[in-house]
Amino acid sequence: MSLNFFRTLQEKPWLQPDAVLPERVMDRSDINPKKLPLIVFLGIVSVFFFLFLITFLARSQYPDFQALAGETWQPFYHPQQLWINTGLLLIACVALQVALMATRRQNIHTAQIALCLALLFTLQFGAAQLLLWRHLYKLGFYMASNPANSYFYLLTALHGLHLIGGLFVLVPVILRSFGFFRPATTAPQQRPLQPPRQQQLQYSLELCALYWHYLFVIWLLIFFFNASSPAVYKTLAALCGY
Amino acid sequence: MPHVAIADQTSELHDPRSFITKYIWSQDHKVIAIQYALTAIGVGLIALVLSAMMRLQLGFPDTFDFITPNAYLQFVTMHGMIMVVYLLTALLLGGFGNYLIPLMIGARDMVFPYLNMLSYWTYLLSVLILLASFFVPGGPTGAGWTLYPPQAILPGTPGVDAGIVLMLVSLAVFIIAFTMGGLNYVTTVLQARTHGMTLMRMPLSLWGIFTATVLGLLAFPALLVSAIMMALDKLIGTSFFMPAIVSLGEQLDYTGGSPILFQHLFWFFGHPEVYIVALPAFGMVSDVLAVHARKNIFGYRMMVWAIVIIGFLSFIVWAHHMYVSGMNPVFGYFFATTTLIIAVPTAIKVYNWVLTLWRGNIHLTVPMLFAIGFIFTFTHGGLTGLFLGNVVVDLPLSDTYFVVAHFHMVMGVSPIMVLFAAIYHWFPLVTGKRLHDGLGKLHFWITFLGTYAIYLPMHYLGFLGVPRRYFALGSTDFIPESAQTLNASITVSAIVVGLAQLIFIFNLIWTLRKAKPCSPNPWGAASLEWQTPNVPPRHGNWGQKLPTVYRWAYDYSVPGITSDFIPQNISEDAVIRDAETSGDVDDHSDKGSHT
Repeated sequence: MSLNFFRTLQEKPWLQPDAVLPERVMDRSDINPKKLPLIVFLGIVSVFFFLFLITFLARSQYPDFQALAGETWQPFYHPQQLWINTGLLLIACVALQVALMATRRQNIHTAQIALCLALLFTLQFGAAQLLLWRHLYKLGFYMASNPANSYFYLLTALHGLHLIGGLFVLVPVILRSFGFFRPATTAPQQRPLQPPRQQQLQYSLELCALYWHYLFVIWLLIFFFNASSPAVYKTLAALCGY
Repeated sequence: MPHVAIADQTSELHDPRSFITKYIWSQDHKVIAIQYALTAIGVGLIALVLSAMMRLQLGFPDTFDFITPNAYLQFVTMHGMIMVVYLLTALLLGGFGNYLIPLMIGARDMVFPYLNMLSYWTYLLSVLILLASFFVPGGPTGAGWTLYPPQAILPGTPGVDAGIVLMLVSLAVFIIAFTMGGLNYVTTVLQARTHGMTLMRMPLSLWGIFTATVLGLLAFPALLVSAIMMALDKLIGTSFFMPAIVSLGEQLDYTGGSPILFQHLFWFFGHPEVYIVALPAFGMVSDVLAVHARKNIFGYRMMVWAIVIIGFLSFIVWAHHMYVSGMNPVFGYFFATTTLIIAVPTAIKVYNWVLTLWRGNIHLTVPMLFAIGFIFTFTHGGLTGLFLGNVVVDLPLSDTYFVVAHFHMVMGVSPIMVLFAAIYHWFPLVTGKRLHDGLGKLHFWITFLGTYAIYLPMHYLGFLGVPRRYFALGSTDFIPESAQTLNASITVSAIVVGLAQLIFIFNLIWTLRKAKPCSPNPWGAASLEWQTPNVPPRHGNWGQKLPTVYRWAYDYSVPGITSDFIPQNISEDAVIRDAETSGDVDDHSDKGSHT
């Protein structure tokens, strides 16, 4: 893609008038039209989380920062709860991938079951995160009492928001896979390039699966950052030049 | 890059029927563009009035009772923030981006029209939240447009209660609006171009808008991140940015955060923001110059590369705004170097604009005047940027009026010159009528000369050491009394220039109401947006059939061709040649061989 871009930049548009380059003229209706915008969007979200994590590293080098892991009395010294939550989200991701593959093989029933599992485990993950919050809060780790706590609550909350945003897409997709929300029948000649229902479901699932895998990767990063010891922060910060 | 079905749909999209769906909840990119533009200009006029009040205080201190020190700081803050974010960004990308992208690439609309509509209404919401801060207790924030903590959220700064919170919320909402719009622009440019419209056949306006949008999408998250963290510092009492601090004799609960961290985040957004504003302006001015000089833009490829390179470099220069905050000298050296490097592609652009004019058939129309005016103001503003990019020169000048003069020339006046050029240039396309020439020229000359009357002496004030941001200078040994006279003259010029904008507004209204429709392509422009079947373009832009593009957008004064321009959608067979010279024009490479 990037090579293509550099090749494009070398074109000389004042030469060859009339050349309508053939590969750019095709309809390509087999390409998922929302995939590019989703990738761009996830790129923006990546910058967003990346900046938070960079400030996290910078902030971790100040003396008042008390990491949530590293010492035995810290809550994430044994981060079992985090591992459980990771497992829940992982299962949701796998289920979505299974649903996508089943749709590609036209196996709609498997897809429906997998989708429901994905939703179930995503909601489980959300609930488990809330329980984790409550657990920490009861231990006296309040949001404002230390920057490490602030980052933990803030990052998990933003990750939660990102997840809720995904649910706004996933739930309608699930309902549609069960036959709800059939699009109002439009005359086929009016919308000649409307993909058939099967393909539409596949397109939507491709997007959802990508989104969920992305959510999982972000979660792993958040997990890593919150459950690391001060020594790890120090090394990373040194690598970044702090 | 593939095309998406939307570009090829023959039926009109989301056909609007009622007045409300046509003009208010419209999904048509042209209506949304006008909504964006009017909102931005409206809020920009408020910011213009704020600047006039600041100037009144500076030019004639102790004269106006209603301008208190607090109010002055609030005017400074709101003026800066509105002009940079809510006017320039919104007008250039939301207004011109929305209008020009689908028309210039030959699409019927944006790829996601509904999202586009949502983007405008979210933007309007952000403007309303911002303006609401004028009416809350304590008024809007007076922290300066950079909103540096800790002072932005501590007592002593105006608007510390509700004003700063509303500002942060408004910025967050604006960023959401911009992201929705930006996703649309990027996707539309990449996926909805019509047949034959390769990326390198796009007019430079689109390259500028496209690159600026990418910059915005990558840079605005930094502002969002800093806004979220500062709001938490303010509302919940976290210590992301707030150091352990004593305020009004009282030790606060904050524990040891880093205000410098905020500055890094802010300028990681703030510097690309300069180019988010500048790049669309660079692009549009290139098109205006080429059309009105009847000559292809000099070095098209180099212009595209320069835009892309400037876009990339703009992300690694941010700390030159922070020399006075203190930093490792090695970093200072790095950022000074990158800052000076960014002058290279910028200078290439300036040379290419001048060389486009060279031996061109220059028509001194109003858009052309503004475009040439831009070359002047931008060069002057850019040169002082070279001064300030050096650490040793920046340190003494940073807190003086020299900086104010510099950034107003380079990113205040210059983009606005281009905006006027663009409005005068594309007004016939948007409305079918041409703005009055005489009034336009009057508007240009007052604005252009007035700009110099304001900002040239301001550089001198900076050299004298007159500090910026101050409500009143008082008596200072190193500042001669004549500085006050100069300040008064600047104020008078500023007010004259401000009032001259009424000529422009009058011209808009008069033209819309009284002027007769002009010809569909009054400037003889070759780019695709002027080739629609109807001018102004109707809903769906292209009638039944999308245009096919056969050439780049700069075929002006091609030797041996009867007309002095060839529109992009005219094929080589359809070009009408001069009978006697048709034999020797087969080779088109002569037109652009300079690159």
